[in-house]
Amino acid sequence: MRGLHRLGFLLLVLAILAASLFPFLWFVLTSLKTQVEVTAIPPRLVPSGSLAFYRAALQEYNLLHFMKNSVIVAGFSTLGTLFLSLFAGYALARLRIRHKPLIMGSLLLVSMFPQISIAGPVWRILDQLGWLNTYQGLIVPYITLTLPLGVWIMTGFFRELPRELEDAARVDGCSHLQTLFKIIVPLAAPGVFTAAILVFIYAWNEFFFALLIMTQQPYQTLPVGIALFQGQYTIPWGEIAAASTMATVPLVLLVLLFQRRIVRGLSAGAIKG
Amino acid sequence: MPADRPSQILPPAGREEHLFAVALLFPCFAFVGLFAFYPILSSVYLSLHRIILGLPGLAQPFVLFDNYRQLLGDPVARHALGNTLLFVFVTTACEMVLGLVIALVINRSFRGRGMVRAAVLIPWAIPTVVASQMWRFLANDHYGFLNYLLFGSDLPAYRAWLADPFWAMLMIMAADIWKTSAFAALIILAGLQTIPDELHEAARLDGASAWQRFWRITLPLIRPAILIALLFRTMDAFRVFDLVFVMTQGGPADGTNVLQFYGYKKMFAEGLMGYGAAVSVLVFAVVLAVSLLYLKFIGRDILKEGSR
Repeated sequence: MRGLHRLGFLLLVLAILAASLFPFLWFVLTSLKTQVEVTAIPPRLVPSGSLAFYRAALQEYNLLHFMKNSVIVAGFSTLGTLFLSLFAGYALARLRIRHKPLIMGSLLLVSMFPQISIAGPVWRILDQLGWLNTYQGLIVPYITLTLPLGVWIMTGFFRELPRELEDAARVDGCSHLQTLFKIIVPLAAPGVFTAAILVFIYAWNEFFFALLIMTQQPYQTLPVGIALFQGQYTIPWGEIAAASTMATVPLVLLVLLFQRRIVRGLSAGAIKG
Repeated sequence: MPADRPSQILPPAGREEHLFAVALLFPCFAFVGLFAFYPILSSVYLSLHRIILGLPGLAQPFVLFDNYRQLLGDPVARHALGNTLLFVFVTTACEMVLGLVIALVINRSFRGRGMVRAAVLIPWAIPTVVASQMWRFLANDHYGFLNYLLFGSDLPAYRAWLADPFWAMLMIMAADIWKTSAFAALIILAGLQTIPDELHEAARLDGASAWQRFWRITLPLIRPAILIALLFRTMDAFRVFDLVFVMTQGGPADGTNVLQFYGYKKMFAEGLMGYGAAVSVLVFAVVLAVSLLYLKFIGRDILKEGSR
């Protein structure tokens, strides 16, 4: 009975693993095939390891260009959000403010907005600023949309930090500002890092606003590029698979390296007590 | 946690502390105010006007509820609303069940658990656009793995899944469930981790079976986690867009058209800013109603954390 139980559990784990990994793995295998292999019926399971699709994605479809845009947009969005949430999170966790539930609640509300309900006006603001098809035109909305996540994680993080150090600094005559920069910022690194991973993943993957705001190819990010991949007559599956694999590899690395942080970050603030 | 209790040593908050707090929060709320709250209000304003992009010569007359009246009689909008509600209901239900199963599995200690947790996270981390292309390819009528899996070499049996409204919707749902069950699992996992081992130990000594322990101990204690996961997943499901855009463009015959996609098309493909704004106000109203309903039941669990 005990052995049967363990076998059942093992099978369940294997099923979860297979379901999680197979679809992406299949795309990776596709990216390593040749055109003939991709269109083979029935499909060829083992690819010949051709890199032709990667070459085509990089050269004919300008993949590096999309990648550069994604790095810039996601990078600056992450920096901006973290800078702002570090301070806001500290204020919400430590300082005595009125209406704290209202402030936290309104941030939560922002994170729940369907994007469509703000899309038109955001587009109009950016249009008036002349920021459509500019990096800042996408970075600013991304900062707005990721602030709730950032602030929520930082607030949770600061709450768990012992407050003796700050109290000591304050008693020793440090001002609020000095305490913040000398004591808090150095201690905040782990929290900032966790938030950074999650915000970066969000900004790297976001498609809806990228589609609206970056209508010209030179500024489009990877998701837009991959969504709009179009061959002349047919869908270039091999190239799409190759581009998709390259766009996803950085994220897979983040997950493998920082699995614990991501797990903790996602549940931060959502559940405690 | 005691960390948020007011300090015992320091004097009560003075003017200076309030000013400092405001200074720290101001930049954050400047962004949120200008690019989230103002746009919501502005959407309402736009929805009361007739605004057509690319035809500025037409001016932008105030038309009161014309857009809404039109929306009420718009069969495509009604269809998109139905699809959206169906999508939200089916995907969240499946994701909660699968999330619970995954959470229970990765909460046990076994060799290789870290790797399994990382593997489960991969679908969540993949860009939705990439996941959409992947599932579109899996469902391909000629070269898709799904056809091969079901029919092997029986080529005449191969189906064009995405060309049929029912199956296309099902494929989009499947892709969403595949991608986001892990998120629900992680939230529930965090809840599971707060249950002390002693509780199960004691129940076991008292002769409770695994089944009884699950229903009597585990489930009640992770209720808040489940509700929060449910809230987040529901709100996110209302935003479904990427999957539809890439996999079906809302077709066939609007079979997979959802509100966010419909609003996008009206506003940015057809340039009907005013009418699109009415759609987006409708989406907001639906989401707000649903979230208020949720908050009524679980608001305390969530905001308790923020208010301490």
